[in-house]
Amino acid sequence: MALTADTIVVPRTNSRRRKFKWQTLVDHGILIAGSLLMIMPVFAAFMTIGASDVDISRHGMQFSNGAHWAENFDKALFTKGGFTGAITGSTMLLNSFILGIGFAIGKIVFGMIAAYAIVYFRLRFATFAFWMIFTTLLLPLEVRILPTYEVVHGMGLINTYTGLILPLVASATATFFFRQFFLSIPEELVEAARIDGAGPVKFFIDILVPLSRTMVAAIFIIMFVYGWNQYLWPTLITTDEAMFTLVRGIKQIYQAIDGGSDIPEFGRSLALAFIAILPPVLVVVIFQSWFVKGLVESDK
Amino acid sequence: MAHVALKNISKVYPNGVRAVQPTSFNIEKGEFIVLVGPSGCGKSTLLRMIAGLEEITEGELSIADRVVNDIDPAERDIAMVFQNYALYPHMTVYNNMAYGLRNRGIGKDDIDKAVKEAAAMLNLTELLARRPSQLSGGQRQRVAMGRAIVRNPALFLFDEPLSNLDAKLRGQMRIEIKALQRRLGVTSVYVTHDQVEAMTMADRIIVLNGGRIEQIGTPAEVYHQPASTFVASFMGAPPMNLLPAHYNGNGRVHLSETVHIAAPAQADYSGDIRLGVRPENVGIVAASHPDALRFDLEFIEELGAGRLLHGKVGESGLIVHIPHTDPIPGSEVYVDLPKSALLMFDPATGIRI
Repeated sequence: MALTADTIVVPRTNSRRRKFKWQTLVDHGILIAGSLLMIMPVFAAFMTIGASDVDISRHGMQFSNGAHWAENFDKALFTKGGFTGAITGSTMLLNSFILGIGFAIGKIVFGMIAAYAIVYFRLRFATFAFWMIFTTLLLPLEVRILPTYEVVHGMGLINTYTGLILPLVASATATFFFRQFFLSIPEELVEAARIDGAGPVKFFIDILVPLSRTMVAAIFIIMFVYGWNQYLWPTLITTDEAMFTLVRGIKQIYQAIDGGSDIPEFGRSLALAFIAILPPVLVVVIFQSWFVKGLVESDK
Repeated sequence: MAHVALKNISKVYPNGVRAVQPTSFNIEKGEFIVLVGPSGCGKSTLLRMIAGLEEITEGELSIADRVVNDIDPAERDIAMVFQNYALYPHMTVYNNMAYGLRNRGIGKDDIDKAVKEAAAMLNLTELLARRPSQLSGGQRQRVAMGRAIVRNPALFLFDEPLSNLDAKLRGQMRIEIKALQRRLGVTSVYVTHDQVEAMTMADRIIVLNGGRIEQIGTPAEVYHQPASTFVASFMGAPPMNLLPAHYNGNGRVHLSETVHIAAPAQADYSGDIRLGVRPENVGIVAASHPDALRFDLEFIEELGAGRLLHGKVGESGLIVHIPHTDPIPGSEVYVDLPKSALLMFDPATGIRI
């Protein structure tokens, strides 16, 4: 019996391996083509940063190794610009970080606490509350932007980080993710903790938060990138240029006519754009393994 | 005064299902009580009410002379071992065991001492720095035990702690748990659906069925003097033989119109009965024996240490257990149901007469 099994198995693995290789080639071809399609514009922008503004306006995008990289990055980060000349690229970078991190952490904290309440406490209208939260997915910021602005304005939070972040942090997405995750945690763990004398707060901090750490990392990535790329709300709520974030500030630099020159500062704004895409990319690259873990496996 | 006392404890779920009928029993200090019954009999609910994880609908529960109905699980001075161990996956073995003590505000040195002692007792010393995911099933079970031991509680509660283990490990852990309980002398309540566990571990067994207590007794009592047909068929593998019969008070039990055997001397009962006899109490006899019954042998189950003969007496099925030293019977077999080993049950209520 063992012999016949062997003779059957051997050719099958062979044919499978040959087919497998062919398949891999096609897969990789598609992936490489896709990657190039995505990367080429970024690469073009990056190379163009090295050229002078004059060359760019005369010849368009550049692929050769220019001499103006240092100058353009330096201008992008440290030269004061904007209409009032009160803002540098590094300030905008800082503002963007504050928005991205505040936005992500806020969403995680609120989402976790809301999910904790919904899953672990026998509230009268817990299910109803959950679906109410869930329906807000249908009402993104853009729909409620005027009333939200009115409220924030009324509270005197225009041109503050609080005003920038707070209206955005209530999140149905994070609540939903954490709810699903909490539901997958075995009931016995809660009971064991109860017998071990852990009250609701202790259970949350000692057991639930550490168990959710991959989940937190995954949501942090999504939310950081989402917060970083916010455009409409920062545009509305920050009128003071010192509060500008990178994503909205690039346009200001591009528009500003600086130092008597009529040529738009292409190099500087491209450098700024390049800087703007770096942090989200780095966050994703660094936290990638956590991200996959958080979405794929639950820590039992 | 009993160590743990249940007075008319009952449980009705919000949806109206009555999981536990009013139940009363006492547990003495140091006793090992096993709650056994088929799934849905209310044994886990009863245990969870003792633990405080389930609210007690009616009745009064006291542990160590203190009524604990409205007291939090953490304050009841109990420890519980769960079926799936319920270890904290992100904590080391050490922290798993220390967590409950920390929450009670016990000093660091005392915790360290208690954990190390428990670990030594359970052969976990080498594993203290590991996480539950790096342990085998048996080791996890021991950590769960350790978590209960370090607390030095007044009462241990076990909720089917061995059902996730394979058969061999189960047998081994059964002995370990029993030995540990003996050594520590902690009162324990153990829930299981496995009658072998119940028989081997218990000081007293409580057999539950449909939310009611069928019988409370030592393993020997429950096995040899079952209070009802339910207990008779639930305890023991193979179960007790239960044959429909008729008894009219004349000292003979009629298995059919013509077949009758000597009945146990008792009872002014007459009417239909169920006649119970354990397979190992049935004897193979010669045809000339005065109470010999013709046994139609259908097949033989080999157990190694013995054999199970499956067959029929008249119209009713009968299982006979014979030791392996006995010869395998031929085609013509006669059995004797000895008078002293016969039990009679009311066929309608199932209660022993």
